[in-house]
Amino acid sequence: MTNSLLKISNVDISLPEGSERLLAVENLCIDLAPGETLCIVGESGSGKSLTARALMGLLPAPHVKVSQGQIDFCGEDLTKVTERRLREIRGSEISMIFQEPMTALNPVMTIGSQIDEIFRYHVSMSAAERRERAIQLLDDVQLPDPAQIVNSYPHELSGGQRQRAMIAMALALEPKILIADEPTTALDVTTQAQILKLISDMQAEHQTGVLFITHDFGVVADIADRVAVMQYGHVVETGTVDKVLNNPEHPYTQALISAVPSLLPRSARARSEETVLEVKNVNKTFGGGSSFFKFGKPSRVVDAVKDVTIELRRGETLGVVGESGSGKSTLARCIIRLMDSDSGQIILNEVNICDLNRAEMRPWRAKIQMVFQDPFASLNPRVKIGQIIRQGPIIQGATQEEAEARTLELLEIVGLDERAFNRYPHEFSGGQRQRIGIARALALNPEILVADEPVSALDVSIQAQILSLLDEIRTKMNLSMVFITHDLRVAAQVCDRLAVMRYGEIVETGATADIFDSPQHSYTRDLLAAVPGQHWER
Amino acid sequence: MNDFWKRFSRNRSAVLGLLILCLVIFVASIASLIYPGDPFLYSQYPLSKPGENGFLLGSDSIGRDVASGIAHGAKTSLLIGLIATFAAVLIGVIFGALAGYYGGLVDDVLMRVTEVFQTIPSFIFAILLVAIIKPSIESVVIAITVVSWPAVARLVRGEFLALKNREFVQACHTLGMGDYRIMLKEMLPNCLSPIIVIGSLMVATAILIESGLAFLGLGDPNVMSWGFQISDGRSMLRVAWWICTFPGIAILITVLAINLVGEGLNDALNPRLRERN
Repeated sequence: MTNSLLKISNVDISLPEGSERLLAVENLCIDLAPGETLCIVGESGSGKSLTARALMGLLPAPHVKVSQGQIDFCGEDLTKVTERRLREIRGSEISMIFQEPMTALNPVMTIGSQIDEIFRYHVSMSAAERRERAIQLLDDVQLPDPAQIVNSYPHELSGGQRQRAMIAMALALEPKILIADEPTTALDVTTQAQILKLISDMQAEHQTGVLFITHDFGVVADIADRVAVMQYGHVVETGTVDKVLNNPEHPYTQALISAVPSLLPRSARARSEETVLEVKNVNKTFGGGSSFFKFGKPSRVVDAVKDVTIELRRGETLGVVGESGSGKSTLARCIIRLMDSDSGQIILNEVNICDLNRAEMRPWRAKIQMVFQDPFASLNPRVKIGQIIRQGPIIQGATQEEAEARTLELLEIVGLDERAFNRYPHEFSGGQRQRIGIARALALNPEILVADEPVSALDVSIQAQILSLLDEIRTKMNLSMVFITHDLRVAAQVCDRLAVMRYGEIVETGATADIFDSPQHSYTRDLLAAVPGQHWER
Repeated sequence: MNDFWKRFSRNRSAVLGLLILCLVIFVASIASLIYPGDPFLYSQYPLSKPGENGFLLGSDSIGRDVASGIAHGAKTSLLIGLIATFAAVLIGVIFGALAGYYGGLVDDVLMRVTEVFQTIPSFIFAILLVAIIKPSIESVVIAITVVSWPAVARLVRGEFLALKNREFVQACHTLGMGDYRIMLKEMLPNCLSPIIVIGSLMVATAILIESGLAFLGLGDPNVMSWGFQISDGRSMLRVAWWICTFPGIAILITVLAINLVGEGLNDALNPRLRERN
């Protein structure tokens, strides 16, 4: 590329002593042309976010710093410029959008005054002009009623609206480079599709160079011109999006791409006649409470789960899919009786477990177990792995020896070394912790496993391993599974049947293949259409 | 444990505090060896200056040895501080844990009770309690406990509220684990660090309250304490400065030492602050 906007050559970023590795990023060479989108892809810890921060001069110095190399931006070396010049560049020539718009925006300032700040620091304009520009910008990013939004606080907007406001701020001064650090990871899939489109529209209009950091190959396929794949701080492969996605050369890229779940649903299995779990007309509302002395208005009532009816047959995996706030996690917690549903029946082996009190529920607990989303929060940091897995059977009446034997057996089933028995959770990686969580759930020999987003906190290659582990266990133990996910790719690979949830209601149920081929409800169609990277299928 | 000590010892002033505290404990434990006999025993040399007539730190208006009083008083102060703190932490943890874990009505009732205790200024409340029950070492301990537990209850409640919805606690519910076991074995170990920190700081406050009560004449008249010594010498501050000054210094450095240790524990036990220094 001749007219390069940004040229990073031989950059090393050093980490403080005692870190996992010496250099976060080693010998990095990347360039970016105007109007081009370069995607940096990699798993967590690959150094992609630090690269972005280095460009903005936002590394947490003095612990982490660029120790070698040049970052050439239109003839200036960003590693050498003064702090003053760097401030001028930030926001006006290079700007950045972050993953979580709620934490990137100041909660006590209105959107308008946050945009206003950018103009105040970088250009001289009158207050009225600045306000007009701010409204104009919010209009450009297609926010409804910009004159109103300019006076709103971040918490009054939805996640997607906040990210639009962030983009408006980032593009306020028409920067030459926009750095986007996982800007859609925290968003729902339909919102993500809109934001991606917005970014590429804005880019086409202003000829901005976009450096887009992501871990999602679907997103890469949708927006990238070129791709750089990072692993352990090295760029292992760069090339055009077509070349990298369809003819990856480096084994790591090949492994990453083959780990991306396909959107083609798995072949349907024969459906058993035996129903193991029936959920009938279950409702759950939140809020409506008032204070101790009954002062003040009761709080707003939210229908988290509304009249939900589902049926789970033996050996079947039922996927519950939906966006955040659709009530799928609440439904899972009602099924497992972590929450009490307001009305309706949950029938397990012909018994309505909603009627059971805590003591009566205890023997039923063994039949239905849960795998949690966050592998870091779901294990008690102060308890050893052996104890975590063992305590379930002991509570249910097994002897110490039986429980211990079972624990060792389970560690082997989930692919962990038996030395794990005497270790604490912090000694394990995210994927290993999720294996431990699965072992804990299996320790009671359950008939039903409720998995609440079990792979959404994991990197794509680990995700593939956990999914295949779940698949293996399911066949071996003839488990029935309720699988909660927001990721339709994962759902396609795991689930025999799907239930699509929106605003607490199930809008559509059916065999996975049928729903993917001919979605009946308009919401299901929107969801399917919004999955990134559809035109790219291996 | 090694790791913990390494982090603790990185804070120099905390180590200094620990050394002073050890010294105070040492003096308290050998008080009856170095000053055998009753610290209330008077001699025929009243108002001796420090170093005179064999009194290291002087003697008071009726000839009692100030140094002996300080050594025996150290035992009183530390014991009252430790026992009262232990009792307050116990009550506070029980109240806070139940309120945070069960929430709802239990939380409302327990927290309103806690608030009633918190609305009364703690020192005035302690004076009131001791005046009602009759001054004795037990009543002083009870008074200090009663005024100090609400802070612990609030802290533990907050920790339990945050832990209650963590996934590992929910996982215990799905295994059918009982409430008390979840609270004791799963949740409590996860909030030990802040409890240890607040407890260590409470020992210092307890010693101050005890001295204050003794100064006002509400201490146990049969037990030597630093507050009693100061109270006794205050009318003679201009003629015999040493009677008040040395017990005062004893209180100052003991409380300072405990606070330093408490802060050191806070830094060492709170991993988020680890990188601050």
